[in-house]
Amino acid sequence: MGGYTGELTLVGEEPALPYQRPPLSKAYMKGEFAEERLYFKPAAWYEDNNVELILSTRATSIDRAERRVDLEHGGRLEYDALIIATGSRPRALPIDGAELEHVYALRGLADVERIRPQMVAGRSMVIIGAGYIGLEAAAVAQQMGLKTTVLEMAPRVLARVTSPIMSEFYEAEHRRQGVEIRTETSLSKLEGNDGAVTAAVLTDGTKLDADIVLVGIGILPNEALAKDSGIACNNGILVDRDARTSDPRIFAAGDCASRPLVHFGRSGRLESVHNAIEQGKLAAAAILGKPRPNEDCPWFWSDQYDLKLQIAGLGAGYDEIVVRGSPEDRKFAAFYLKNGTLIAVDAINSPPEFLASKKLIMSGAKLSADILADTSITMKEIATNAVAA
Amino acid sequence: MAKITYIDHDGTERVVEAQNGETVMEAAIKNSIPGIDADCGGACACATCHVYVDQAFMDKVGEQEEMEKSMLDFAENVQENSRLSCQITVSEDLDGLKVTTPESQH
Repeated sequence: MGGYTGELTLVGEEPALPYQRPPLSKAYMKGEFAEERLYFKPAAWYEDNNVELILSTRATSIDRAERRVDLEHGGRLEYDALIIATGSRPRALPIDGAELEHVYALRGLADVERIRPQMVAGRSMVIIGAGYIGLEAAAVAQQMGLKTTVLEMAPRVLARVTSPIMSEFYEAEHRRQGVEIRTETSLSKLEGNDGAVTAAVLTDGTKLDADIVLVGIGILPNEALAKDSGIACNNGILVDRDARTSDPRIFAAGDCASRPLVHFGRSGRLESVHNAIEQGKLAAAAILGKPRPNEDCPWFWSDQYDLKLQIAGLGAGYDEIVVRGSPEDRKFAAFYLKNGTLIAVDAINSPPEFLASKKLIMSGAKLSADILADTSITMKEIATNAVAA
Repeated sequence: MAKITYIDHDGTERVVEAQNGETVMEAAIKNSIPGIDADCGGACACATCHVYVDQAFMDKVGEQEEMEKSMLDFAENVQENSRLSCQITVSEDLDGLKVTTPESQH
């Protein structure tokens, strides 16, 4: 707590207390724990810390000249500083039948509440999109006994986010678990009966049974609130290293913001918990006039079956891949280098590779492929030697 | 139910009533204990819920699994009583547990 003593109001369109989204497509979807365990803070915390919560309420517009936010239902709030943390929304499926019942996106608690009662063993679930959300949901559905099919337009799963080595590994794993994976496959339409989906029809005419359809084809930043008030946006609300937008009193954090990626010499949006928490801290520090907190190497994780994938860095633009360990052992890492410098790692059941890489990526140290691949040298030794060199 | 005492690096003690089945990390978050970040929410993915366990309870908090062991291997200021608090599940046996939080989780 930064010592702020003024008024603080948190407005959110969802009815729930602020909560963690990553488990929604993982353990929470499987029904392994109660909703309360998703909450960042219990209700009492907001009261004890004089944070006023206005839930189930959208902020509809910002009047920057008057420094005022208008809320639906007619409320309005004045601000000295404003943080926009509106997140993102699922990309809609642009085909006939997308409006049928039992066709879902997976973004919020309410989505899981709608999907979960339908996830009954023996039913057919068709998942559109083989990104992390789609594959995590496929793992859950398969483990719950559903007949699970994943459709992907690209030639491989996870095509947008990782290398062919990882795609091949995950594709094989899902198939081994019994999931049907169809790549290079496009959907033509969804068909229904009595308003509820019954089948997914592919462009080649193939018809797949579908009691449930889950759409996971990416997310779009919720930037309208900022854009409509004249704040600069370009695939996300543009912010500087302090999470400040083009209006010095307004900040943006999380999925909705496009930020400088200081370890990578460019800007972009990051869709991750690490990013949301870090930008929240950056904005709070800037508002309170405190020193800027450290900007960590970006990191992510994905749980599928007994596989924990931990990702550090951003792999776009790599010119060399080094594999350490072996995919057959279900414990290996793929390092991504650019000009001999580590820029990212995908580590499966391999925390040392993940944690050492976070440090190595931030150091910008030069690394040799032979040493990274040599499992007789520990990651700790590799990190220590490389950073010292 | 178990009474757990969290001691921050300045020595300030905070006592909470933790429920059976929740983790030592969750009990801390629910009760607004400072010094435990838990960025990943308990997925054993981030190593930001590091605590030092009172020696008297080392045999009661359970064994470390492989994943936790290797996460801790890279945390800062690790001691032989270091644990990730998201990997310790509360039970009656832990009544009276004391854990100390490190100065920083990063």
